Amino acid sequence: MLERLRVQTLVNGEEIEFLCEPRQSLLEALRDILKLTGTKEGCNDGNCGACSVILNGRLVDSCLVLAAEVQGATVETVEGLAGPTGLHPLQQSFLEQAALQCGICTPGFLMAAKALLDREPHPSEARVRLWLAGNLCRCTGYDKIVRAVLDAADKMEVARP
Amino acid sequence: MRSFEYVAPRVLSEALAAVAERGERARVLAGGTDILVQLRAGRRQVDRLVDVKAIPEVNELSYDPHRGLRLGAAVPCYRVYEQGSVAQAYPGLIDAVSLVGGTQIQGRASVGGNLCNAAPSGDTIPALIALGAVCIVASPATTREMPAEDFCTAPGRTVLQPGEMLVNLRIPPPARRSGAAYLRFIPRNEMDIAVVGVGASVVLDDARQRFVSARIALGAVAPTPLLVKAAGEALAGQDVSERSIEAAAAAAMAAARPITDMRGTVEQRRHLVGALTRRALRRAIQRASEE
Ligand SMILES: Cc1cc2nc3c(=O)[nH]c(=O)nc-3n(C[C@H](O)[C@H](O)[C@H](O)COP(=O)(O)OP(=O)(O)OC[C@H]3O[C@@H](n4cnc5c(N)ncnc54)[C@H](O)[C@@H]3O)c2cc1C
Ligand code: FES
Ligand code: FES
Repeated sequence: MLERLRVQTLVNGEEIEFLCEPRQSLLEALRDILKLTGTKEGCNDGNCGACSVILNGRLVDSCLVLAAEVQGATVETVEGLAGPTGLHPLQQSFLEQAALQCGICTPGFLMAAKALLDREPHPSEARVRLWLAGNLCRCTGYDKIVRAVLDAADKMEVARP
Repeated sequence: MRSFEYVAPRVLSEALAAVAERGERARVLAGGTDILVQLRAGRRQVDRLVDVKAIPEVNELSYDPHRGLRLGAAVPCYRVYEQGSVAQAYPGLIDAVSLVGGTQIQGRASVGGNLCNAAPSGDTIPALIALGAVCIVASPATTREMPAEDFCTAPGRTVLQPGEMLVNLRIPPPARRSGAAYLRFIPRNEMDIAVVGVGASVVLDDARQRFVSARIALGAVAPTPLLVKAAGEALAGQDVSERSIEAAAAAAMAAARPITDMRGTVEQRRHLVGALTRRALRRAIQRASEE
């Protein structure tokens, strides 16, 4: 008999309750149970960062978190990034700087970059590159992604009251 | 992944009982960055995972200049380098925790998990050994302690008996005029497994001209991380000089028992042990001199 666990959590500001198996990852819960398919699965073993989400304020690979572990936690995914007035500056900059091609890595990069800018509004280029070392992209060659993150940091600086 | 039971006790005694009840069929879950990968790949099977992240003792991170560091087994890497007093007192440990994986991994991966996973290349282990860390291990019945260099017994194996878990690590307060460093070689800039890792710690005399004592530990060149006593002995009482550093590097190279695999050859690894021992020692000396 498979035991199911009841998990209550805050996803993108919304209180959510779901049932999961103990062996299911947070990534599976997001995509398969909650139908939040913005978060992507790449390697499923912690190497590619496509599944990056922000858990209790920290960037994590959701494939290496059990769904059961987010009981009482706060989860931020790419679906929560855009505000009521439009895209997040990071999303805007990724578009303007052509920082994506196939796009499968993009939600992970966006969440990773958000986690960085949330704590360090003015990172250096070297800092951005090091911070994003856990996110892989097979298409862009990274340069445009790094430029987009730096550009978004500038945009957010201007927008800050 | 095969099915298993998940429990997340809030008190240590409950966690110990939950582990002991299932013996070898239970594993502790800390950051999950090793165990979840292994379970998914079918390299390990369990009936029960005991998540220990809600247990105060296992998540304690506290530094006291007289008592030293208490590092709960499940404390993730980022907490270690983000806590200013710890970062200042143990730069050699910070070297290691800040290069485990990338940002995402550091948000979860614990030093205790790195040690319990017992990979020969585990980056924090040579740093712990060099710093003289002591492991506090508990079962429902007793508690015992052992130095970090005695914890790993073979690749993936430790002194932990079924029903035991690592509660925390204690690192003595840094001695006056002491310094430590950890360096690893990987073919990329980040996100890779150590080809060789070297941890070094030194205590200098007041004039900063002689070694009072030193500890050198190696990673990825033997079935377990290795304390090289002969390297420390080659330095104790000697002048701080390139000659004594060279003698320690030679002792470390002699102690290394590397293998050839996809990451490197025996010759390359032995060479790297020498080069990294010299560099780690110079950095540790520099830190001891600035102090
Ligand atoms: C992409 C990626 C990159 C990585 N890069 C590095 C790297 O650069 N350097 C490096 O050294 N490692 C690296 N690792 C491996 C891993 O992240 C580390 O070994 C990490 O420190 C493990 O800690 P954890 O808390 O995630 O352990 P877990 O996976 O939770 O546990 C590891 C093992 O130890 C056992 N265990 C954990 N805590 C206890 C305890 N308190 N008592 C008894 N048993 C316990 C578990 O049952 C399990 O068998 C990497 C992993 C990934 C996925
Ligand atoms: S899918 Fe999680 S890191 Fe690749
Ligand atoms: S845009 Fe295709 S992997 Fe990054």
